[in-house]
Amino acid sequence: MSCTTCKNEVVDKMYQELSDYIDSLPDKKGMLIAVLHKAQEIFGYLPREVQVFVGRKLDIPVSQVYGVVSFYSFFTMEPKGKYPIAICLGTACYVRGADKITDYFKTELGIELGETTEDGKFSLDGLRCVGACGLAPVVLVGEKVYGRITTLDQVREILAEYED
Amino acid sequence: MVHVWIDVNLRQLLENNVKGCNTMADIKLTIDGKVVEVPAGSTVLDAAKKLDIHIPTLCHLDLHDTKMVNKAASCRICVVEVEGRNNLAPSCATPVTEGMVVTTNSPRVLNARKVVLELMVSDHPKDCLICEQSGNCSLQYVSKKLGMREVRFEGKESTYKPDKSKSIVRDMDKCIMCRRCETMCNDVQSVGALSGINRGFDAVVSTAFEVDLSESVCTYCGQCVAVCPVGALTEAEQTNDIISALANPEKTVIIQTAPAVRAALGEEFGLEPGTLVTGKMVAALRELGFDYVFDTDFAADLTIMEESAELIDRLTRFLDGDKDVALPILTSCCPAWVNFFEGQFQDLLDIPSSAKSPQQMFGAIAKTYYAEKINVPRENLVVASVMPCLAKKYEADREELNQDVDMVISTRELAKLIKQANIDFNSLEDEEYDQPLGESTGAGVIFGTTGGVIEAATRTAYEKLTGESLEKVDFHELRGFEGVRAATVPVGDFDLNIGIAHGLGNARELLEEIRDGNPRNFHAIEIMACPGGCIGGGGQPYHGGDAEILKKRQAAIYTEDERKTIRKSHENPAIIELYENYLGEPMSPKAIELLHTAYEPKDRV
Repeated sequence: MSCTTCKNEVVDKMYQELSDYIDSLPDKKGMLIAVLHKAQEIFGYLPREVQVFVGRKLDIPVSQVYGVVSFYSFFTMEPKGKYPIAICLGTACYVRGADKITDYFKTELGIELGETTEDGKFSLDGLRCVGACGLAPVVLVGEKVYGRITTLDQVREILAEYED
Repeated sequence: MVHVWIDVNLRQLLENNVKGCNTMADIKLTIDGKVVEVPAGSTVLDAAKKLDIHIPTLCHLDLHDTKMVNKAASCRICVVEVEGRNNLAPSCATPVTEGMVVTTNSPRVLNARKVVLELMVSDHPKDCLICEQSGNCSLQYVSKKLGMREVRFEGKESTYKPDKSKSIVRDMDKCIMCRRCETMCNDVQSVGALSGINRGFDAVVSTAFEVDLSESVCTYCGQCVAVCPVGALTEAEQTNDIISALANPEKTVIIQTAPAVRAALGEEFGLEPGTLVTGKMVAALRELGFDYVFDTDFAADLTIMEESAELIDRLTRFLDGDKDVALPILTSCCPAWVNFFEGQFQDLLDIPSSAKSPQQMFGAIAKTYYAEKINVPRENLVVASVMPCLAKKYEADREELNQDVDMVISTRELAKLIKQANIDFNSLEDEEYDQPLGESTGAGVIFGTTGGVIEAATRTAYEKLTGESLEKVDFHELRGFEGVRAATVPVGDFDLNIGIAHGLGNARELLEEIRDGNPRNFHAIEIMACPGGCIGGGGQPYHGGDAEILKKRQAAIYTEDERKTIRKSHENPAIIELYENYLGEPMSPKAIELLHTAYEPKDRV
């Protein structure tokens, strides 16, 4: 993936997949959110170029595409890290100290919520209740769930797991 | 209780639908103890207006003739109490129902209105003294009307990066999220430069990716500025540049006045809409210190010479069997329209006329022919314009147009200059334009309204094509206010099919039709970006949503045309002289060099 040509090929393939998906829709009207979901699934995030592509393809002003992307917190314009970290900020987790855990992650990684580390390894996000309130506070790394995370040491241990 | 109300409402709406629009029954209701009857489908706000009860509004805007209705009902300033309904109702979005009892001024209503206003003002800059909209601001007006003396809520104030383009300045700190600009940009103009972005406290109207307007698909039509109730969207002012130029003894400063300005400037001085103030305007400009006062109408006549020559050339080739000739020809006087097709109809760039706009033709002739004539070096001649338009500011700055026009002010800015100079506009004696660039015909003046450019072109093309003299110069079939119009004008034994659109949304409709193969077989199409044409331009006095004002301005333009002794561009003696002594003939190499331009696709978001 380090050579430019192969990278371009991969990206071209992604656009092709998105284009095919849009073409397969029986009616493009009112499908913006569905298309953006698909686009984020394919690209991992919604960079400017992808939003312009979606707008042109659906015949919707790009400003409106951006309006929707910036409105819904699910959509992101930042590429997610190889290991996306999500901290539950729902009520149960929050009262049990999710804010402190968030601060630990921020200091350890040197990034804010919604950002990705420079090496692309970790990204940090907040999310609402994952339905595991008994384990509060809860942290997710990719699909893996970590419960009862309360100390800086525990945060460091989690991050250590992903040392390559 | 609420449910009952909704049921009544729905039933009423259904009944109205069954009855159809033309036979809508009147609904009787009571507002502040007074009984009123209004057609079904009216809002409480409409009904109150009929009783001369003026409920304050901020976000609401209904431009009846231009499809623009902003019914966001988001500001909640217009709330009223409806008997039998628990919560207060926004009068702008609440339909009337039979027997409804409304109170617009109960203590509960007044208190709610005040709280809403206080919350709004808590996140609004309080620098009214230096705000461009001061005196015209709806928020200021409502605040005064409600007698607001304190803001009890203190909190975070939103701040955004200011965006200053050549035409429009965006200071979104002042935005109250009424979203009128967004409705105008998307629903009426179909430009799509603006959208509501983000959520909650961070929500604001912006461009895609929050780029500057200059990187967006914005056409600078300025209709967003025309409907902004506060100082969030304003014009890029150039009055100070004018004052400096006038103060510089080394410069000869000349000014041109666009056709639509004379039909609206008077409104800024309390005159009835539609009052023609041509003579007073000329006198005021002379008093301001301009060395020569000229008329863009002269350049409009020149535009007709070039544009009709182009039309005749294309038509002749078409009739001779040339299948590749680019038809229909599209007018190119309107700079917002040019920006629109360069951005959004890049596949059709070969069909617009290559003729520059009258403003730019004037500049090109002033800085060559006229500069030579009065023996002033180009660099010492300052060409200023007063335009009803904000896109003209951007146009003057386009690189390929060589700074032929140095500075552009709007009708509103001219009024400000006149007021600053302590000139009592209404008592000025009428004066005449200077010669030769002030000589014009009735064909030049109607450029200011929708249908005017194509009527002017038809007057000239008819005579050139048939060799006959045109007795009846009024083409009523080309006039009117409908967004898209079509007419067929017999020119000898040839039927000339003409299309007209005003407002960019209507223009899009017509352009898509052309893209789909031109089924109505149009030969020539006139487009003006603003509803009503230049009379409704983004630089005109604010009409506050009253479409009647636009119609009065339009009538004034046609009156000016009728008053002219010469009403065909090619009979303008100053134009005839210009061709004889300088340009040769329309579309000559010299004319192409000075009076024509080319279009570039512009990729923007």
